[in-house]
Amino acid sequence: MTATTTAVEGAEAGPAGRDRDRPAAWRSRLYRWDLRYSPYAFVAPFFAFFAAFGLFPLLYTGWASLHRVELTAPDRMVWVGAHNYLRLLDNDFFWNALRNTVTIGVLSTVPQLLMALGLAHLLHYRLRAATFWRVALLTPYATSVAAATLVFVLLYGRDYGLVNWALGTLGVGPVDWQNGTWSSRCAVSSIVIWRWTGYNALIYLAAMQAVPDELYESAALDGASRGRQFLHITVPALRPTILFTVVVSTIGATQLFGEPLLFGGAGGQKGGASHQFQTLGLYLYEQGWFYYHLGRASAVAWSMFLLLLLVAAVNVLIARRLRKDR
Amino acid sequence: MTPAWPSGPYRRRALVLAAAAALLLVVSVLDGCARDGSDDDAGHHRRTTVTIGTFGVFGYRQAGLYEEYERLHPDVVVKESVIERNDAYYPQLLTHLAAGSGLADIQAMEVGNVHEVAAAQGRLFEDLSRAKGVRRADWLPWKWAQATTPDGRTIGLGTDIGPIALCYRKDLFRRAGLPTDREAVGRLWAGDWQKYIDTGKAYARRAPAGTVFTDSAAGIYNASVHAYPERYHDRSGRPVYMDSPAVRTSWDLAVQAVRAGLTARLKQFEKPWDQAFANGRFATVACPPWMLGYIKEKSGAAGRGAWDVAAAPRPANWGGSFVTVPKAARHKAAAIELAVWLTAPAQQARLFERQASIPSTPASYAMPAVRDARNPYFGDAPIGRIFTTAARSVPLLVFGPGEQQIGTAFTDIGIAQVEQQGRSPAAGWAAAQKEIKNAVDE
Repeated sequence: MTATTTAVEGAEAGPAGRDRDRPAAWRSRLYRWDLRYSPYAFVAPFFAFFAAFGLFPLLYTGWASLHRVELTAPDRMVWVGAHNYLRLLDNDFFWNALRNTVTIGVLSTVPQLLMALGLAHLLHYRLRAATFWRVALLTPYATSVAAATLVFVLLYGRDYGLVNWALGTLGVGPVDWQNGTWSSRCAVSSIVIWRWTGYNALIYLAAMQAVPDELYESAALDGASRGRQFLHITVPALRPTILFTVVVSTIGATQLFGEPLLFGGAGGQKGGASHQFQTLGLYLYEQGWFYYHLGRASAVAWSMFLLLLLVAAVNVLIARRLRKDR
Repeated sequence: MTPAWPSGPYRRRALVLAAAAALLLVVSVLDGCARDGSDDDAGHHRRTTVTIGTFGVFGYRQAGLYEEYERLHPDVVVKESVIERNDAYYPQLLTHLAAGSGLADIQAMEVGNVHEVAAAQGRLFEDLSRAKGVRRADWLPWKWAQATTPDGRTIGLGTDIGPIALCYRKDLFRRAGLPTDREAVGRLWAGDWQKYIDTGKAYARRAPAGTVFTDSAAGIYNASVHAYPERYHDRSGRPVYMDSPAVRTSWDLAVQAVRAGLTARLKQFEKPWDQAFANGRFATVACPPWMLGYIKEKSGAAGRGAWDVAAAPRPANWGGSFVTVPKAARHKAAAIELAVWLTAPAQQARLFERQASIPSTPASYAMPAVRDARNPYFGDAPIGRIFTTAARSVPLLVFGPGEQQIGTAFTDIGIAQVEQQGRSPAAGWAAAQKEIKNAVDE
């Protein structure tokens, strides 16, 4: 950057007379400032907004979590120190929500990523109407959570749902999708899987297309089958991408909220009669906006945040190990 | 390291344009936000815009009440903003109250919330009992008391109430060998919800195929528990949800209904409930007046003439609302005047005509529009007479903090576990109590 600036300065200042000298110098200074500072000006709006709507709420939530604050009078904050956090530690509802979040997270993330990998592999072949298939994969991602979930609620209805009707024709008794412990978790997971599989498949596909063809050609010459090629070339080449999708899906799973809320219908924040599918997000919502304990809800929020940091740290460790292995 | 974007005057112009566009966007957005709910100069001369925030369907606009008020007061424009669900409306109202801004001049409030607002935030509202034109005697005493603070200030004027009746299907009753005339049906269970359960057992013995007696155990619980003055708190404010007779009796009734298989195991206000209405799955449902429209809509043409309304075993109240004027309102005087007018007996009677909201002012009951009202969909049932008779006998309910949280812990956790998940009543009871502890504990 220095080189460019000097050259410009020289060119402009050289042959000019005295009276033209000052504006030229001024202009070149402006030009330098422009080069040096305008990038900051361009990124500033993001950081300004992030500070106002991201960082400040984050810190304020942390501050609120150390107080007793009730929604009925949010301006009255009473310092309670770590009480809200200590209370969470021996609160069955919190641990239940944490367990559910992990369970539903695993139930939705693992099949979703495996299926995405398989689909991407299929799409990587030469196909007729390849663009059509790719767009079709992405359509669930483009629907709104609310619309999709409400349709799934109808499908999973106990008395008049399509799924139970189909099961009935196969001779399998009706399943109470909402009230069963595992059936409800599977149902919620299926909504997540439906929405996100295509999205992940496209990410995998993009990564696959970056794998050099020569690798496949030489493997084919060595007599490796399609399956072996997939296992020994595609998957290793996709490692960073897979790690990325795992991280993103884990974050999504930790924040899971809309699907179980709407799946639960009226009073969905409870996540079922025995909280069988109440996630941390729902527990936070229930504590803050139905039980009006904003301080406690803030503590749940910060626990979730710390949990995510923990998960991120584990991910970094795994990534480092993977790099070493190679 | 040369920048990738075009340089020179062209670039500068693009930059200026982009900056201008961004600025315009920000300004217009901010302007749009700021304008929301503020005054405007409607028409040629300056008029006062009174804003009113409601949830669900209050029906003021639909009944033409705003229009009429504007005609009577040419200097006033009424602007209503509606949030559909109270569980979104109420938290927003609380945050606006705390911030002291963003409030409408008139804020509606649900009966389950008005007590805790009166107790904790009563000082933030105008005392409407002192307003011009308000006569305390116009309202049902129990309705008036619900919005009155401990130190005797009344922050809300009652709008509608929810006295409970029992909606039943004549066609199913006939096929089950039960009487179908609404007086005779009312006599089957008059005075005691236990008789209602016994009727259910009689129904079950000869039930038409594919039907059950009632929709949900939670519906029975709610209808029964709201007939008692002291449910979750006693008069001194002590919590009694662990063992009050109201809770115990209503819980037992709900459990009995589940055990005898009298319920369709539905959750009210969910899609399957709607579908069950359409399919004629159950024969009775405890119905406050505001539910009649819902039943009509969901049962459709097939239910016309099948449904009828009988008196409930005991008079009880479920739901109803108030209008309040926050002290931070911009146009307090105009707002109070409008609130008083909207809740006056004549206007409440108009609202009843439009959407069967039962007035909380007994003076309206004598008006022909209410007294002689019949509902053609429900076999011309004299709903005016049935609901207002119940309304007069509703006891003075004692309210305490966390009313809604405690109620839903029983219906959505305790009873739901027994009814939907097949757990033992003891387990359901314990779960409900644990839920309440977690909800109300500070």
